[in-house]
Amino acid sequence: MCGIVGLFLKDKKLEPELGNMLTDMLITMTNRGPDSAGIAIYGNDADDNSKLTVQSDNPAKDFKGLKKAIKKATGIKVSLTKKDTHAILKMPTKDLDKVRTALKKTRPDIRVMSAGDTIEIYKEVGLPEDVAKRFDLRSMTGTHGIGHTRMATESAVTTLGAHPFSTGTDQCLVHNGSLSNHNSLRRKLRRAGVVIETENDTEVGAAYLTWKMQHGSTLGEALESSLEDLDGFFTFVVGTKDGFGVVRDPIACKPAVMAETDQYVAFGSEYRALVNLPGIEDAHVWEPEPATVYFWKH
Amino acid sequence: MQSFDLEAEGLRKLNVSLHAQKNDTNQTAWEITNPKGSHAIAVGLDAPIEVTVLGSTGYYCGGMNKQATVRVKGSAGPGVAENMMSGKVIIDGDASQYAGATAHGGLLVIKGNASSRCGISMKGVDIVVHGNIGHMSAFMAQSGNLVVLGDAGDALGDSLYEANLFVRGTVKSLGADCIKKDMRPEHLETLKCLLAEAEADAKPEEFTRYGSARELYNFDIDNASAY
Repeated sequence: MCGIVGLFLKDKKLEPELGNMLTDMLITMTNRGPDSAGIAIYGNDADDNSKLTVQSDNPAKDFKGLKKAIKKATGIKVSLTKKDTHAILKMPTKDLDKVRTALKKTRPDIRVMSAGDTIEIYKEVGLPEDVAKRFDLRSMTGTHGIGHTRMATESAVTTLGAHPFSTGTDQCLVHNGSLSNHNSLRRKLRRAGVVIETENDTEVGAAYLTWKMQHGSTLGEALESSLEDLDGFFTFVVGTKDGFGVVRDPIACKPAVMAETDQYVAFGSEYRALVNLPGIEDAHVWEPEPATVYFWKH
Repeated sequence: MQSFDLEAEGLRKLNVSLHAQKNDTNQTAWEITNPKGSHAIAVGLDAPIEVTVLGSTGYYCGGMNKQATVRVKGSAGPGVAENMMSGKVIIDGDASQYAGATAHGGLLVIKGNASSRCGISMKGVDIVVHGNIGHMSAFMAQSGNLVVLGDAGDALGDSLYEANLFVRGTVKSLGADCIKKDMRPEHLETLKCLLAEAEADAKPEEFTRYGSARELYNFDIDNASAY
């Protein structure tokens, strides 16, 4: 199964409420995915800094002295905000790659969940309500966000198997469905030098999109070609710095409902996820067409 | 009129209350408030009662219905009126995928559009859609009538048995073994009755009938490579 929610705000007045609204939507989708939950949230691009969301299974050990270790390795001063098993590292945008390289060397157990100017990704194993509490998702603000509740079918219930998956700077992917050619595609991508960490099908989908974009495709083009190259069931929602996109496979048996008003565009695996949004009674509500790429941008 | 607040009282109590109604019940009119996209509303009814849902519903609303009339003043989620046996289900808005799937009897009216797989494996139900229907509709449909005032999506009537499909608008593509057929007087008569019962403003002559070419009924050695 799995549940997806997404919210793209047009009305700036709602931005302080983004975390709250998305968390309600996410919890409503608990019985579509009680194994794990995750959220990608896009804050305001207020300065010249970028951020990395990092995760560790042993945060007490891995995050201790991390700032100093990065400073020592690169000479770059980063700020660190700890949130349960995750932490946000902030640094000047030009230093992002150097910090990533230093992280890999000095703290190999730390995993990078997301990288970019505005994106933060939080995901963990557990009920959506508990995951939301651990990361205090309700208090988060921003312009748009995507959430996912997972019912694992293709691989183990682990933090790395949870969604969203990062597909590049300020980009992420969530998936409802199952890919049937992920093993052969994983082999092909690995031969092309792409690092894929788990046996998870969605990670392969995310890696495929990243790989396509590294070879000159726009995100839209990468999604179009995914309709050709990915076999299986999928409703994908992708997040970008300035918006989000939706694509469903040609059979489209994984559900998707959209709602649009003057204030927002919302996505839910079911209408239930949308019922408490402001003005939903008068919203334009529809199902996205199969094999069609949709995008909303600021 | 019995009024039921689904959010306050819960789904189980609603369906237990509706299942308790017998053929001679005096509580013939029910109104359900705050459905909020909940699943399995008014499922498995078996009494001549009228249930009106004030808002949109989730999965399987009106499933397995017998005798009752269920009206949704909103849109319906996947599998509305799935396996209906008799009675009537009316959706004022749109219906999600596989509306009326496997239904044996009764009438399903969708005043808006229906999504993919409308009437999949239908076994005798009549379905009237005022708007359009999505791809793979009437897949393996066995009997009954599917009437569409708008357009049909890809692969209409794929692997069809003996159901009749009537489409007023365009058909994006026909599925395997589904062909255009002549409209005979008895079909016009059936259409006239169904359109009237479904409060549909259309003339039977405006429709095209589609049905099975019956080429897939028996194994054909020439097709062996396709299996």
